[in-house]
Amino acid sequence: MSSTKCSVPFSGTPEQEAKLLEVINSLRDEQGCLMPILQKAQDIYGYLPIEVQTIISNELNIPLEKVYGVVTFYSQFSLNPKGKYNISVCLGTACYVKGSGDIFAKLQEILGIDNGGCTADGKFSLEACRCIGACGLAPVMTVNDEVYGRLTPDEISGILAKYE
Amino acid sequence: MKTLAELNAIREEMEKTVGFRQETNDFADDYKYHVLVCGGTGCTSSGSIDIINKLNAELEANNLTNDVKVVKTGCHGLCALGPIMIIYPGAVFYSKMSVDKIDRVVSEHLINGNIIKEFLYPEMVNEAGDITPLSQTPFYKKQHRIALRNCGKINPECIDEYIGTRGYEALNKVLTTMSQDDVIKCILDSGLRGRGGGGFPTGRKWQLAKDLVKGGQKYVCCNADEGDPGAFMDRSVLEGDPHVVLEAMAIAGYAIGASQGYIYVRAEYPIAVDRLNIAISQAREKGMLGENIFGTDFSFDIDLRLGAGAFVCGEETALMTSIEGNRGEPRPRPPFPAEKGLFMKPTILNNVETYANIPQIILNGAEWFASMGTEKSKGTKVFALGGKINNTGLVEVPMGTTLREVIEDIGGGIPNGKKFKAAQTGGPSGGCIPAEHFDVPIDYDNLIAIGSMMGSGGLIVMDEDNCMVDIAKFFLEFTVDESCGKCTPCRIGTKRLYEILDKITKGQGTLEDLDKLEELCYYIKENSLCGLGQTAPNPVLSTLRYFKDEYIAHVVDKKCPAGVCKSLLRYEIDPEKCRGCTMCARQCPAGAIEGTVKNPHVINSDKCVKCGACMDTCKFGAISKK
Repeated sequence: MSSTKCSVPFSGTPEQEAKLLEVINSLRDEQGCLMPILQKAQDIYGYLPIEVQTIISNELNIPLEKVYGVVTFYSQFSLNPKGKYNISVCLGTACYVKGSGDIFAKLQEILGIDNGGCTADGKFSLEACRCIGACGLAPVMTVNDEVYGRLTPDEISGILAKYE
Repeated sequence: MKTLAELNAIREEMEKTVGFRQETNDFADDYKYHVLVCGGTGCTSSGSIDIINKLNAELEANNLTNDVKVVKTGCHGLCALGPIMIIYPGAVFYSKMSVDKIDRVVSEHLINGNIIKEFLYPEMVNEAGDITPLSQTPFYKKQHRIALRNCGKINPECIDEYIGTRGYEALNKVLTTMSQDDVIKCILDSGLRGRGGGGFPTGRKWQLAKDLVKGGQKYVCCNADEGDPGAFMDRSVLEGDPHVVLEAMAIAGYAIGASQGYIYVRAEYPIAVDRLNIAISQAREKGMLGENIFGTDFSFDIDLRLGAGAFVCGEETALMTSIEGNRGEPRPRPPFPAEKGLFMKPTILNNVETYANIPQIILNGAEWFASMGTEKSKGTKVFALGGKINNTGLVEVPMGTTLREVIEDIGGGIPNGKKFKAAQTGGPSGGCIPAEHFDVPIDYDNLIAIGSMMGSGGLIVMDEDNCMVDIAKFFLEFTVDESCGKCTPCRIGTKRLYEILDKITKGQGTLEDLDKLEELCYYIKENSLCGLGQTAPNPVLSTLRYFKDEYIAHVVDKKCPAGVCKSLLRYEIDPEKCRGCTMCARQCPAGAIEGTVKNPHVINSDKCVKCGACMDTCKFGAISKK
């Protein structure tokens, strides 16, 4: 396992590492601290490359394969960086029956990337997500924290243009 | 705070504040108006925070901050009509609010006292222009709110408002007047069953955790990992009334002898996480959590743990494994969590809605709760109505209410005059209920008898445009993705189910496949390790049971009656209607439409990608799908 698996080389800063060590030290005595530490680490770096997992593994004295096992089990943890604008399309039931599958297909078509992918310029990443609880507005997608509801496929290119 | 007297002092002080927010009230408040704006996820997504900011600015500008109190509440239930604003006195319910309507609300309503009829929730105004009270509108009339009683009524970030609604009184009652066995007996007698899906009697769970192992470290957990796509009951309780969950967990802690609680909540619910954090720190400050609560020797504290997006973590043993910091894989039972749960210590796990009922049961008594509902399912149930229904949102009805009442009366029926096809309950573990069971009273046992299950309460309505084979495939795609991979029947079996369904939707299925499908379903149900695998085939089995004709149509006639499965669709241009305007040919992304100006066009089905763009663009209705 090396960072060559990842599309973008690791570029963590000493500040980020100092922050991560601080988090690890504040939580290391709690039972079951691995998940909260991974969540905070992802907040710091934006994703969890193998280099970050290695730091956590060494500090907590937990085998790297266990850390990697936990990271890859949960869909919230990402081994790849996200784009500047991360687009999530809800494929929960309420959105699905109202046509969110078509919204997702339209985005794939326009951006030319698949689920979990990132455009070459690092601008947009795309993911399918589970219910975000805005079922009243179905079908729904989010661009970073902005929520777009009651979508039709025709609206997609207009929305993306806002971020160009 | 150490005594009931201190708690009562806060309650009396706050009673006029929260009591003011009733349709008819005898309470006078220092403020002339309370304006409640929904700050739940649905309304926040449609812009309610901007509305609150604008409202505050306008009040400031008009010198009204001492007359009008603005309260950011949790969910009112009618998410489809958000952002929602309710003004007291009078429970004046303004729906679909926007920033540009705020000027008029301030000048006409809050200054001049006139209700603005065109902003009102349409159901509140009849044809003659008379106003119907909110509680008498179809959406709210048949509801009975226990778990949701404070949602949309109080400020969830203010512990005093919760105390004003008799909050933490049940905890005081339990700690000062009841024994552990009294509490357990009360919950047992109430007939409360787990609201997370399984329907196991809550009191029985508590009794096992208290009696199986005497003394030592025990844990109380709350399952707030609401993973059913399309269900958001738990989120609404956490966002609208977080203290009720803390209070109930402390009561449970006392009953089984635990001093530590964990709430496992989805990270996808940032508002709920924020409000829980605020509630926990306020409860600690007031002494409702921590050492020696109410001056007794009972100590209890609660920590939050965030999930990371794994559906299987809603299963109790998987949830505990995840809190321990591992991959969220389930463990074989026995040993049951009541004996060896979190960190191998006796543990109880209940879901958010279950907890939300507990303080009310303690205060009002087991008989009060048991008087509602059906013989074996007591109390009420919250449903998240979604899909093809007019009133999308959250409803709480007594157990035993029929599907017809929920969908037609409360939900307002199906939009656009379409025909009802099925209601899906129980999410990926449940099944589809067809129109023929519209009048079955909803309770745990009835739903199982008709091949579905209560689940956590998602209720997705489907109309004639939804293909049931496609829906079954959708759920299987979900379970394949979410299966943790620990046991073979679930890991491989669900994948094979998905592949057969995929084959059928592509028109390559055979009648033999249908038999194989059913056989595999039963095999997976019987042999999977945990609830996820044991229930994963339900969407397939229930659609096979009620909508076999649709499967047959896909397999034998190679047609999708609902027109959803693209491989089985064909777009055609009616030469009689086509004027040769060339619009469709220009729209077609695949260059599949041929023809010359003013002559009928033809679709080349080899090239056609079935996107439907041509049909949407044709002004003459000449294109149809078959």
